Amino acid sequence: MFPQPIDKSSAAVKGTYRFVLYAFLLIWLLPLGGILITSMRSLADINSGNYWGWPTEFHLLENYTQVFKATPMLLYFYNSIFITLPTVLATLALSSLAGYSLAKHRFRGNFLIFAMFIAGNFVPAQILMIPVRDLTLKLGVYDTKLGLILFHTAFQTGFCTFFLRGFIKELPHELVESARIDGASEFRVYWSVILPLIQPALAALAVLEFTFIWNDYFWALVLVQGDEARPITLGIQALRGRWTASWQLISAGSIIAALPPVVMFFLLQKHFIAGLTLGAVKE
Amino acid sequence: MKASFWDRNQLKLAPVFFLTPALLLFAVYVLRPIFSSLWISFYEWDGVGQMIWIGFANYEEMWHDDRVHTAVWNNLLWLIFFLLTPPLSLGLGLYLNQNLPDLRIVKSFFFFPFVVSAVVVGLIFSWFYNPRYGLLDLFLEQVGLQPLALLSDEKLVNYGIIIAAMWPQIAYCLILYLTGLAGLNKEMIEAGRIDGAKGWAMFWNIILPQLRPATFIAVVVSVLGALRSYDLIAIMTQGGPWGSSTVLAYEMVEQAIFNYRMGYGAALATILFFILDIYIAWFLIRVWRNEKGRL
Repeated sequence: MFPQPIDKSSAAVKGTYRFVLYAFLLIWLLPLGGILITSMRSLADINSGNYWGWPTEFHLLENYTQVFKATPMLLYFYNSIFITLPTVLATLALSSLAGYSLAKHRFRGNFLIFAMFIAGNFVPAQILMIPVRDLTLKLGVYDTKLGLILFHTAFQTGFCTFFLRGFIKELPHELVESARIDGASEFRVYWSVILPLIQPALAALAVLEFTFIWNDYFWALVLVQGDEARPITLGIQALRGRWTASWQLISAGSIIAALPPVVMFFLLQKHFIAGLTLGAVKE
Repeated sequence: MKASFWDRNQLKLAPVFFLTPALLLFAVYVLRPIFSSLWISFYEWDGVGQMIWIGFANYEEMWHDDRVHTAVWNNLLWLIFFLLTPPLSLGLGLYLNQNLPDLRIVKSFFFFPFVVSAVVVGLIFSWFYNPRYGLLDLFLEQVGLQPLALLSDEKLVNYGIIIAAMWPQIAYCLILYLTGLAGLNKEMIEAGRIDGAKGWAMFWNIILPQLRPATFIAVVVSVLGALRSYDLIAIMTQGGPWGSSTVLAYEMVEQAIFNYRMGYGAALATILFFILDIYIAWFLIRVWRNEKGRL
């Protein structure tokens, strides 16, 4: 282990280590603390300028129910879910098919297609913006959840294919070969041999993609106009415009918007990290 | 019994079936739009009316546009600061790479800003910097300094946004480095210790080379993050005050959506696209070398 482990060092060393550690953690979380406390404050506190002191009363439940009652937050939340989940499913389906083929089929143009998926993943959103907006309008899915689902699926398939192809390529080729010799069709191989084996990779991608799509702001801004399809990220920004003085509501709304990915992160940290560090640990 | 056409040619035909759905969607939503944008950049177009061919006029205009100059400088500033995130994260990672029992949860707290949406990060920091109620200025006043009003100061606004952007970015690189540190080769470290390598020499000669893959990804995502920055600017300042915090990506959207100048916006996007292509090429070359090494 590097640096030298300190668990067997003296209590003084450990104490100093922990002091620095927690002091830094406090600074790290300080900006967040403001929003967190504000989301529990009463309006009276906000109006009297008590922004950082101890709240005179805790309005945790009041504020959070108020957000749902007074604003379309519930609708935004629902929209986010019904944009994110179908996209994750569709992306995993398409990219596992494509990833299998790129990893285990030999054909001309294989690397070219693979390279294209990687490259597409890095392009700036702005180079796609005008044509994608036009296309979405032409398809009649502007300002709908489907419009966002279609675009996100297309874009994220690049990253996921890149990821899954790498993972599938590492699987022993004999597995595929022996299934083929037993007379399994290619789809059968994909379905009964590959899919069960790539479950950890699919789990890692699912949590990662959930986060990316849940947190998207740019494409929602470009492809959505009204409340009907507006995801929560855009919804928060809309609330800011409409409720400028009610910081306790905006803060509570932000916490709600941030919560699903954060909770998922704390519960499924292993999968997250596996997804993020693909290729970063071994070359 | 003769094998059917399908049985004989399955392996050749399978790629078509497996790849078509993904490729089709990708071609329609990613590939074609890139070429359309390049094309649009040679026109003057408000998005609905007649498109008028103007050749390179959009690019010429960009050359003399003060806002574009500001945007390019700001992108450069983002890039410089974002390139500091890998070393900063590595330093933090080295500090956190200990086996005390409470570190597991502490690490999670350092990681999680990565999953917080930019809208919320922007809001958190706007609140933190707010001259009337923000903790930053409150603190400065307490210690007898002038409040900064970071986000309304032309000279400081970029630093304010960049620091907010670095919060999740450091978390991201930290995840990469801590995973790298957990996967270090124990024998090599032990061998180094026996040979008397310590501290800096050990870090430089034995640890850092083993962290190269993590460093590579950290640098790639940091460069991409700096050049593609948009969300936080839109949320925190909308490019202001007076255009002082704009970047290429933001300027593009501003021109296309708010000023109805699709051609000019497309030209800006094209420039950004070509800058990013350098990194795409670099990344692809590395993947290609890796592939060949393995075959």
